[in-house]
Amino acid sequence: MTSNWFINASYFAVALVFILGLKAMSSPVTARKGVIWAGFAMVAATVVTFFMPGLHNTGLMVLAIVLGGGVAWWSGKVVKMTDMPQMVAIYNGMGGGAAAGIAAVELVRGVQHDPMTSTLLVLGAIIGSVAFSGSCIAFAKLQGLMDKAIRLPQQNNINFFLSLLTFGVGLTIGYSDAPSMFEITLFFLLALALGVVLVIPIGGADMPVVISLLNAFTGLAVGFKGFVLGNPALIVAGIVVGASGMLLTQLMAKAMNRPIKNIIFSPITGEAAAEGGEVQGTMRELSALDAASLMRYGQKVIVIPGYGMAVAGAQHKVWEMAQLLEEGGVEVVFAIHPVAGRMPGHMNVLLAEAGVPYDKIFDLEEINADFPQADVALVIGANDVVNPVARTDKSSPIYGMPILNADMAQNVIVVKRGRGAGYSGIENALFYKDNCRMLYGSAQAVIGDVIAQIKTLEA
Amino acid sequence: MDGFTALYIFMLAAFTGYEVISRVPVILHTPLMSGSNFIHGVVLIGAMATLGHADPEDPLQLLIGFVAVFLGAANAAGGYIVTERMLGMFKTGNRKEGGAQ
Repeated sequence: MTSNWFINASYFAVALVFILGLKAMSSPVTARKGVIWAGFAMVAATVVTFFMPGLHNTGLMVLAIVLGGGVAWWSGKVVKMTDMPQMVAIYNGMGGGAAAGIAAVELVRGVQHDPMTSTLLVLGAIIGSVAFSGSCIAFAKLQGLMDKAIRLPQQNNINFFLSLLTFGVGLTIGYSDAPSMFEITLFFLLALALGVVLVIPIGGADMPVVISLLNAFTGLAVGFKGFVLGNPALIVAGIVVGASGMLLTQLMAKAMNRPIKNIIFSPITGEAAAEGGEVQGTMRELSALDAASLMRYGQKVIVIPGYGMAVAGAQHKVWEMAQLLEEGGVEVVFAIHPVAGRMPGHMNVLLAEAGVPYDKIFDLEEINADFPQADVALVIGANDVVNPVARTDKSSPIYGMPILNADMAQNVIVVKRGRGAGYSGIENALFYKDNCRMLYGSAQAVIGDVIAQIKTLEA
Repeated sequence: MDGFTALYIFMLAAFTGYEVISRVPVILHTPLMSGSNFIHGVVLIGAMATLGHADPEDPLQLLIGFVAVFLGAANAAGGYIVTERMLGMFKTGNRKEGGAQ
């Protein structure tokens, strides 16, 4: 009895610290403290759970914790900052997998539950499985293991019938007294397949929203498992994450002007782009020296970083260039689109890593009015977020998405690896405009050249 | 647990989650997503309870339970280290010092 009271009191404290930690994480000043508090709470929760009465298989448990925790700790420690989005995706998938695993054991044990518990058990199993397989696909796409957005014929019908079938089989199992092994296996295979078909057609700029949505899904699954296991700490932590994840997903979807249902049911693919009207004109190149002098003898330069900068790991070089220009009296600021990179805030994290102070980094709303006054808009590996067709071309799949108005600057310099279209597969009308010049090459090398040229101008 | 008690907890927790992050600045979106990813790693304790109550005679239950604990622990540990590394870059001190090269 006393040990039960002790465990429950600890779980209560843990849930409270999680909420406070999450609250602290939403302000830059307290964010780091927030995650450290939550970390202590997590360790406390794990240790306390070992004192649960009637616990078997503790040896196996310790082994699983050491292995799983160790592998993840190590991989999280060594991963490059630019690869963070896919790591978040894969860890999230593992949480979903754990929730599905809990459901699987409950089903195999054949414990009798009341209807509400059974329903939540099945729902949690489906959502957890979807989060698991969906996150694995998201990871594979971001890691470059599978490149194309694959669209099955009759995609939406497949999604619909597969969901229906999964729920049907799930509820049959949930309400039956002794589900057979075959039924349980079929149910989980269906749920995993559902996650795959939901995420597989989604590509490009929509990926951040999907990761956030899957994160919210895992939260919900964990909350439902908390109900099945009678553990309020799990319910509170899971549902808090589920709700905040849904809000975060909405914020991101809103920033892209793409309702969540469009992201899931009519993803942007190259095929859609082909219908989006032809772009006229040619792309013109310029040399690193020309780029250097345009910026060095200008008053104001706005840098627009994108995923290309992240891939090239060029953030340090870019900041070195910005400092060099500032020494020459040029004002340099950074403009960040809400969905630049593969996750919102991705660019902010990279620029912070390079040491760029916050007061030089501006959001879309703050900076868009300044472009006409800028001598140069330097676009580094960004594409769709500066594509003016989002403002002008009603037939374009990205029409209506707020963009950075780089095309309104006096000069636009685009640093780009090759001539291909953006991640969404849509041609960028900006590149063909008269005030736009291209600098081809990896951002790391190109910015290095520009720095060298700026230095020759100083001499 | 009583069904309605659980519904009340669901409702209040949902509003809490919504409120807690409603004023987050864009620069913290990624770390916050990562942080909430870490917090649902608490599924670990659920997985531990499940493995702990699995039938020691049934290898299938043990296997699935083991995998669940493994995945839960990975979610918690990986989620923590990644979030901590990201937020480590937001030290308030480097606001004016500029280029750390």
